[in-house]
Amino acid sequence: MEINTASAGTLESGDILVEIIPARQKGIEIILSSAVSHQFGKQIKQVIFQTLSELNVTDATVHATDKGALDCTIRARVTAAVCRATKTDVWK
Amino acid sequence: MFIPGNNPGMMQDAHVYAPDSIMLDLEDSVTLEEKDAARLLVYNALQSVDYGEIEMVVRINPLGSPYGHKDVQAAVKAGAHVIRMPKTETAEEVVELEKAIEQIETSLGCVGRTKIMAAIESAQGVMNAFAIATASKRMMGIALGAEDYCANLKTSRSKEGAELLYARQTIVVAARAAGIDALDTVYSDLNDMDSFRAELRLIKQLGFDGKSIINPRQIEIVNEIFAPTQKEIEKACAILAGIKEAQKRGSGVIAVDGKMVDRPVVMRAQRCIDLAIASGIITKEDVYE
Repeated sequence: MEINTASAGTLESGDILVEIIPARQKGIEIILSSAVSHQFGKQIKQVIFQTLSELNVTDATVHATDKGALDCTIRARVTAAVCRATKTDVWK
Repeated sequence: MFIPGNNPGMMQDAHVYAPDSIMLDLEDSVTLEEKDAARLLVYNALQSVDYGEIEMVVRINPLGSPYGHKDVQAAVKAGAHVIRMPKTETAEEVVELEKAIEQIETSLGCVGRTKIMAAIESAQGVMNAFAIATASKRMMGIALGAEDYCANLKTSRSKEGAELLYARQTIVVAARAAGIDALDTVYSDLNDMDSFRAELRLIKQLGFDGKSIINPRQIEIVNEIFAPTQKEIEKACAILAGIKEAQKRGSGVIAVDGKMVDRPVVMRAQRCIDLAIASGIITKEDVYE
């Protein structure tokens, strides 16, 4: 699956800005910035990773800036970023 | 209460204010560039956030736009209770939405789950209000969208609302004739709560069932105006108790405070009690036990 650079989300409270770029190496690399990364970083990365897997993305670098997003918001933003990066549409 | 569909912070907090209904908006509050992201956000939020007993509505983009049918898919799949159709002008548009919903529900095995609310926002929509209100068995309400309606009428909104009177009355009458709810338009000036109260009193008197709002600060005032007074509740309880006794005796007519009570009065009393329960003033147990 060809990945172009794309992003989704905002830096507003309760949201997460997700940027996907072509993989610098094989596999998924997640670079997370969050005020609560000490408490929830593992969980946030897990949700990002799982969402990418469900969308069959195996190689990509993800920059995520979290502003206290719920899991459902993280899933939505990652999905939107992948759709934009791959020019696909989950509603087709 | 309208919530922009691309604002997760508001979406996750909205239920705290306990509105009767939350309307996640994919239409006017979302820019064209963010339609895809907002749709995904609404879809995921509806499936994950526990909104309790609150009615969940999704305002979709027009079916004729590139976004409308995708919005319907997302809303139905996520289990929205109601889809609000914007800028409805004809019964045929409602039928088209009904077909789209039915197709998705059939594939999910949940036919009949999703209701429809139509927003009437043009002169043509007002002229077709009854046809729209009766276009589908899924119709649960019709609502006035005043900003677009005023633009279409080539006028602007005033505090007194003279320009909306015909549309409001037409919508209430059409809704009543169809047996569905009539919902009034938003009031946007959050710094003028006195005019907001005056508008609420007017639309309550016209017969509307409720009002769309844009801010949690408006909830308390809507409830205050729409909730029945203690005196009204006591009278309604007396009427319902009296009619229950009369029915036991095989009579359909009673007198309360020296006034004849027949079916329309009983219906008004029942509505008063329903509103009091919905407003949290009394509980079902207070009335029915």
